[in-house]
Amino acid sequence: MSENEITNVIVAILVLAGTFLSLVTTVGLLRLPDIYSRSHAASKSATLGVMLILLAALIFFYQDYGLDARLILGIIFVLITSPVAGHLISRAAYYSGVPLWEQSVQDDLKEVVEEKKRSASNAKQ
Amino acid sequence: MRTNDVILKTATQLVTFIIIIFSIYVFLAGHHNPGGGFIGGLMTAAAFILLGLAFDIETVKKIIPIDLKIITAIGLLIAVLTGIGAFVFDANFLSHTFGYFQLPLLGKTELATALLFDIGVYLVVIGVTLTIIFTIGEDQ
Repeated sequence: MSENEITNVIVAILVLAGTFLSLVTTVGLLRLPDIYSRSHAASKSATLGVMLILLAALIFFYQDYGLDARLILGIIFVLITSPVAGHLISRAAYYSGVPLWEQSVQDDLKEVVEEKKRSASNAKQ
Repeated sequence: MRTNDVILKTATQLVTFIIIIFSIYVFLAGHHNPGGGFIGGLMTAAAFILLGLAFDIETVKKIIPIDLKIITAIGLLIAVLTGIGAFVFDANFLSHTFGYFQLPLLGKTELATALLFDIGVYLVVIGVTLTIIFTIGEDQ
């Protein structure tokens, strides 16, 4: 196989893996029971899916145009921001009182929040 | 109850640099590639708005110590002055030109006077966008 064919095969595998992960994200968003597990699905697999597709684009255009700084920057940017966005959405949901799935067994944040509320109301008095 | 948002603040500190550097890249690439003063200015404004979201508006005002309306005015002034500058060389209003120069680090570079006009556009867009967002944000 020539060099060109090898890169094409790698690009194809990366694009297919990326699209597959995006599809998994969609299925997760539709099938999972509550907002926390949905944001778990959305922030993790979608991030990796988008990063794989961007990586495929980077390798594909490397043959003709060299390394594209914008794509590298995009990969790093998605890696940094997308989990933070997922974290903020689930936090906002938790603090505005969205209930957990009824079969969840553990809620460690609840004690912390109640402790904080108690100290806040003590400080007011 | 004040919630703890260390993750947002730390991520913002990292990401703001990426956004501002990318906006400057887009601004400078505008002559031959997609980009230019408008989108570069919007992106820089977005970086400052992100800072305003993660910290607060007072912090952003400390970072930009000049009044935003003055930035808008300076931008308009630069844009008009590049137009008037054409009169010095006996050309029509807003005539632009370009030339090739040998710069120390970059090598042969094309420098166009349209870039000066674009700096004006860039400053106006930053000033107007941030003024709009911050006047809305302050009335809480």
